[in-house]
Amino acid sequence: MSTRGKPGEGHTPLTSPVDIARPSRRQALVRLGGFAGVLGGAAVGARLLWDKGGFDVVQSSGARQVRDYRIAERDAEHAELAIARAAPKEAGDDSPAPTATPEQLVQRAVDALGGMKKFVSRGDVVVVKPNIGWDRMPIHAANTNPDVVAAVIKLAFDAGAKKVVVADGSCNDPNRCFQRSGIWRAAYDVGAEIVLPQEHRYRTMRLKGDVLDEWPVFTTLVDADKVINVPIAKHHNLAKFTAAMKNWYGVLGGRRNRLHQNIDMSIADLATFMRPTLVIMDAWRVLMRNGPQGGNIDDARDMHTVVATVDQVAADAFGCTLIGQKRENVPYLAMGEQRGLGTMRWENLRVKEV
Amino acid sequence: MAAQQPDHANPIPWITGKPGAVPALDEGSKPKLQKILKKLPGSGIAPRRIAVILKWARRACQIGFFALFMYFLFQTGFRGSFAARADAPVRLPLPVEGFLLADPFVAAMTALSTHTVYRGLLWSVGLLAVTMIFGRVFCGWICPFGTLHHFFGWLLPSRKGRGASRVEANKTHTYQRAKYYLLYAFLLAGVGGSAIGGLFDPICIAVRSIGLGVIPGVQYLSHRGLGAAQDIHSRAIQGAADHTQDWLSQTVWQSKQFYFHQTWFIVFLLVAVLFANRFIPRFWCRVLCPLGAFLGVFARFALFGMKKDHAKCTDCNLCLVHCQGADSPQGGVKWRQDECHMCMNCENACPEDVIKFGFLPNRRSTITVPDTERRTALAAVGAGAMFLPASRIADSLDVNYSSKVIRPPGAVEERAFLERCIRCAECMKVCPNNALHPAFLEAGIEGIWTPILIARVGYCEYSCVLCGQVCPTGAIQKITEAEKMGIQQAPIKIGTAFYDHGRCLPWSMQTPCIVCEEFCPTSPKAIWVEEVDAPVRDSKPGPDGQPPAMKTVHLQRPHVDPGLCVGCGACEKVCPVQDQPAVYVTSVGETRSKTNVILLENTNYNQKS
Repeated sequence: MSTRGKPGEGHTPLTSPVDIARPSRRQALVRLGGFAGVLGGAAVGARLLWDKGGFDVVQSSGARQVRDYRIAERDAEHAELAIARAAPKEAGDDSPAPTATPEQLVQRAVDALGGMKKFVSRGDVVVVKPNIGWDRMPIHAANTNPDVVAAVIKLAFDAGAKKVVVADGSCNDPNRCFQRSGIWRAAYDVGAEIVLPQEHRYRTMRLKGDVLDEWPVFTTLVDADKVINVPIAKHHNLAKFTAAMKNWYGVLGGRRNRLHQNIDMSIADLATFMRPTLVIMDAWRVLMRNGPQGGNIDDARDMHTVVATVDQVAADAFGCTLIGQKRENVPYLAMGEQRGLGTMRWENLRVKEV
Repeated sequence: MAAQQPDHANPIPWITGKPGAVPALDEGSKPKLQKILKKLPGSGIAPRRIAVILKWARRACQIGFFALFMYFLFQTGFRGSFAARADAPVRLPLPVEGFLLADPFVAAMTALSTHTVYRGLLWSVGLLAVTMIFGRVFCGWICPFGTLHHFFGWLLPSRKGRGASRVEANKTHTYQRAKYYLLYAFLLAGVGGSAIGGLFDPICIAVRSIGLGVIPGVQYLSHRGLGAAQDIHSRAIQGAADHTQDWLSQTVWQSKQFYFHQTWFIVFLLVAVLFANRFIPRFWCRVLCPLGAFLGVFARFALFGMKKDHAKCTDCNLCLVHCQGADSPQGGVKWRQDECHMCMNCENACPEDVIKFGFLPNRRSTITVPDTERRTALAAVGAGAMFLPASRIADSLDVNYSSKVIRPPGAVEERAFLERCIRCAECMKVCPNNALHPAFLEAGIEGIWTPILIARVGYCEYSCVLCGQVCPTGAIQKITEAEKMGIQQAPIKIGTAFYDHGRCLPWSMQTPCIVCEEFCPTSPKAIWVEEVDAPVRDSKPGPDGQPPAMKTVHLQRPHVDPGLCVGCGACEKVCPVQDQPAVYVTSVGETRSKTNVILLENTNYNQKS
């Protein structure tokens, strides 16, 4: 079959009768078969891959994706929003010495909601989502306090969780953020699995929000039985105050920098997409200005407070009072309430101070 | 991988065909001895045991050092740890730049340009000492780039590159002088004040081309391949692919996919020089390598060497078939100590007991000094000396400094920087944000492949000082976090940010944004915002053909405080105006320069701009 002659073949005289004879039937069939096979294969393949519309646009299912990890029934005897403070509120001192550890505050706040067993069942895979956005140390109060994160992980394990995963999509270099926030070490010490935002962990999902449609989502954060949002309350120069609802920025990959053009709607869209089992808001040390990064220890103030709630809107509505902000000035709270994500009138919930 | 040379396995046919080459075996020989003798051509005299041991030791050494080199390269990047405390300074635990510290060519070149031997470069004296005992063992036993060429020289030769033509290729050729001329030119360029010779240093090339080209390329491929496995609807396959990616990302790859400015050119040169092995085995090592030449110059002092018993040589040329350095191991000519890589292949190959390595051999049949032509050497020296003035009369440094030449934090003043930077690319490999890139002509012909920050790809991480940690020559100084961020002192600036109001969303499109302000890492922030209520036209026309209504929006419009800006480029990196950002960093205002300044402070009019 090869056109390249074998050695010696070229010596066959050109006038040989072999050269002018018709091909044998077998040869002719093989050649015709090859002709038909390749042409037919090309035609069938092209038809199968044919994009008639010009662009092979992925058809939307049309449904809004919602990740709802909430617990259905709530006992009336337990609080819906618990505020645990280490120091008496009346203390005139700006930063009084704490009378409890962050761990004790988390314990008290969660107990007031009925205990972690109400939220986490035996064998659950629990995702704990702190804010590990910035290359800052705990004293700068730009990331969630590592002791608070560790305390939440411990409670989840005590309640019977099979696995606790800690992850976030950082803004700065993730290795640096995870290490220097102290969360990597603290979470590892209590047995959690820490997942850094690697590119292969993101999948495109259809959020179908008002401004957020298709975005890459950090799958580690959504592949879970229960999700506990552990934000830090802090100042934000554009959104004014952020904590629980804004913490879901860490779920997204891609170019998040466009979100700021309509930050309130983006936050509301994300909070619609992610409905956590529980919110444990860290206000042990609160960034009062220069948010969301801070960077100067004078920007932060000790508040020695931890808030536990099932309502992420209420958590933020209460949280903004910590930095002296009014809830009416934070537009995404009203949006959240309109969408039925929670209430910005946190006083209307069953509140318990412990 | 070191080459597995078939030293004895395939004796070339024209030798075994020699009449009477294989002696008749003694009837009483043990079967084992018979087996060995059958494999040996010529007189079949087995190599000394020590030579066999040394050959295998060399192979183990080559594999070991190449593995170490790759391990260091993989570790040239910060991977966080669960064990580290939050306030522990972030440093690499290993001396990943170790191969460069032991490089005497780098040490000599920078010593000539700076009149100092920078810190760890003192280790290079150790390698010089080894060379003065054993000759160029570095080339044959240690050099990872040499091992790569050894391997490709074994893998690539065509049918024509075997047998007699291989023997011919492995004889000493005059083109091997080229590396000495290159060395002299680079050393003289060093005297003039340029470390341009780093372009040709084998360790620099290995780090640069593997670190900036091969590793990111293979990472890209594996990400695509393992990503495609996610389309297979099998939990087991998806999980396995995910775990493989996890493992690779934590051990081998960079923290994310890295991209490097015009790195294709660097990879092209690597492929070209590896492919050259097809025509001349170890082309790089024999013809171009200035480090090999440097060691070759000092090999004359070596205490260890070869002696030949020319009378016993049958001209079988087996030694030449396996020769790495093309250093004339065969009988009848003098051995070239300055070219020999000390691979021990010739003694192992010799079936006639001609070649023996040992300490203090007589040098009657040895040439110890490089065989260079005096005039050509002088011409090379002259060319090297002229390099600096030739490159500096271009405008790029003294009078028209490029705004794109943003050097890493801790970099010394540009002239001093060019005296030190050997283009090893360690800083670019270690940078956690993919911010540092090899310049092409941005810094002039003299600055080719020196590091510049391209903020659009990545910004300088505020608390990171790793580039200075890995810099082997002090072009980037080993600064602390406190020095860089300016804790109780002035911070180190690498440039200044500027706004393009015509492209900025709050400035020209009445759209809220200020992502730049959010990412600005200094405290107080160098980007501050002006609160304004600005008019904006409605997008829809008014009713009944009326002009569109005007509305008022509240905006925060960003400004730069040049006194606070450190030029890290975080604002440029995150600006949502994707193609050409509305905020960008240029080199002006960098602390290392007294002339590339904006503000009255920090100005020195006694220096040329």
